[in-house]
Amino acid sequence: MSNVPTDLKYAKSHEWVRITGDTAVIGITDHAQHELTDVVFVELPAAGRQVKAGEACAVVESVKTASDIYSPVGGEVVETNKAVADNPALVNTAPYGDGWFYKIKLTNPSDLDALLSPEAYSKQIGG
Amino acid sequence: MLKRTALFSAHQKLGARLVDFGGWEMPVQYSSIVEEHLAVRQAAGIFDISHMGELTVSGPAACDFLNHVLTNDVSKLAEGQGHYTLLCNERGGVVDDLYVFRLSEEVYLLVINASRIEADVAWMKSQAGAFPRKDRLIVNDASENYSAVAVQGPKVTGFIGNCLQGQSQSGVRDVHVTELKKNEIGVFEFQGANVFASRTGYTSEDGFEIIGRADSIQTLWDELLAAGKPHGCLPCGLGARDTLRTEMCYPLYGHELDEETTPLEAGLGFFVAMDKSEFVGKSALVKQKQEGIRKKLVAFTMTGKTPPPRPHYDIWSTGEGYSKVGQVVSGTQSPSLNLGIGMGYVTPDLAKPKTELFIDVRGRRFPALAVSRPIYKKS
Repeated sequence: MSNVPTDLKYAKSHEWVRITGDTAVIGITDHAQHELTDVVFVELPAAGRQVKAGEACAVVESVKTASDIYSPVGGEVVETNKAVADNPALVNTAPYGDGWFYKIKLTNPSDLDALLSPEAYSKQIGG
Repeated sequence: MLKRTALFSAHQKLGARLVDFGGWEMPVQYSSIVEEHLAVRQAAGIFDISHMGELTVSGPAACDFLNHVLTNDVSKLAEGQGHYTLLCNERGGVVDDLYVFRLSEEVYLLVINASRIEADVAWMKSQAGAFPRKDRLIVNDASENYSAVAVQGPKVTGFIGNCLQGQSQSGVRDVHVTELKKNEIGVFEFQGANVFASRTGYTSEDGFEIIGRADSIQTLWDELLAAGKPHGCLPCGLGARDTLRTEMCYPLYGHELDEETTPLEAGLGFFVAMDKSEFVGKSALVKQKQEGIRKKLVAFTMTGKTPPPRPHYDIWSTGEGYSKVGQVVSGTQSPSLNLGIGMGYVTPDLAKPKTELFIDVRGRRFPALAVSRPIYKKS
């Protein structure tokens, strides 16, 4: 049974978003890390990059395969998680904590309206 | 519709993640590829290999025929012995790589790749049809009759004897299963039926491969899992099978080998008996040996922390500026070394150990170093 925290918003493609003011923290869900298993490499966008909602901007690699991560919201990347780049296993052990990917300064707060509630995401993953 | 092995429901019960592997619905992993991989290196693991094909070749002309179609020297096998060998076309290209066992004077068992069963049977039958003593020879595809498991790892001898008791009745005779030597095969009674057990595998660890009827293998799977559990034995999927064989640089058909690649290019010259009087592909291979190969398999490790290399990534070199020099055929993150590792084809000069190479991952070049095989060397 996957963990779906109630204080986050979710994308259908299994990313989560935590909003603080006009800044969003982005990572991948517990369900996603469970499906990927054994994350061995994380490639993050450069700070300063402008990304659109739905744009592929990071890559997470397991032993078996490489998967694109799509930004759930658009804006400027203001910070990336060096810890997860150094220790990709954090994605498996703390997907909502130390395993976060990057922070973004929101361009359109309305991007958030297109995201799923915890209930809707739980339903999507069969929880 | 994907084919399923006799162990399909066992995999479902164990919560395996199932994937399409050459038309078979097979477990890629149960818990985690890394965990399963390390279980095999440190303790034990059990794999469903029922998708593999089995051919029997029998009759007074069987030995001569096999020596005509296979590259290694079959006549050197005593009863109960087996070895790795290749099936080549006239151009010296590899039709398949396989294990051949001499079960008795005139009966041989060939264990072939699942994806190559049809191609191998067609090739062997056409070769048999053109063989001068074809009436003294029977080539039979027994793949549908057999299921199989591999049980691999340093702890396997601690429990396999609890499941396969008694002594072998043919192949190598009158020995307990743990007394089989590397590459030997014996026939053992298991619950009223016979199974083949050979001391072989695809991991380089000590271990066995066991071939039998579906119901025997279903029971044996459960018994091996139960007996192995206290020893740390885990069910292992094709994901770990692939990382284990890549660390050892064992070829996988369709990656390192195909009909346009010769055993010499793939670094498998050891398994080609050039001193045999004749075999299919020999003249092409002799010519290639004289003229030199144009491509060679290189094993490499990534330098430092990089994304894992994957099949089809381009290989670059720094010689005369940067240039594209080949392609990765197998690549993964090595669970034993915690490092990206792989194999690919390059010109022979670039395959020398310590040559600096670069692997292109999504448009960025990451440094790698050519290494001697195997990539993972046990301490």
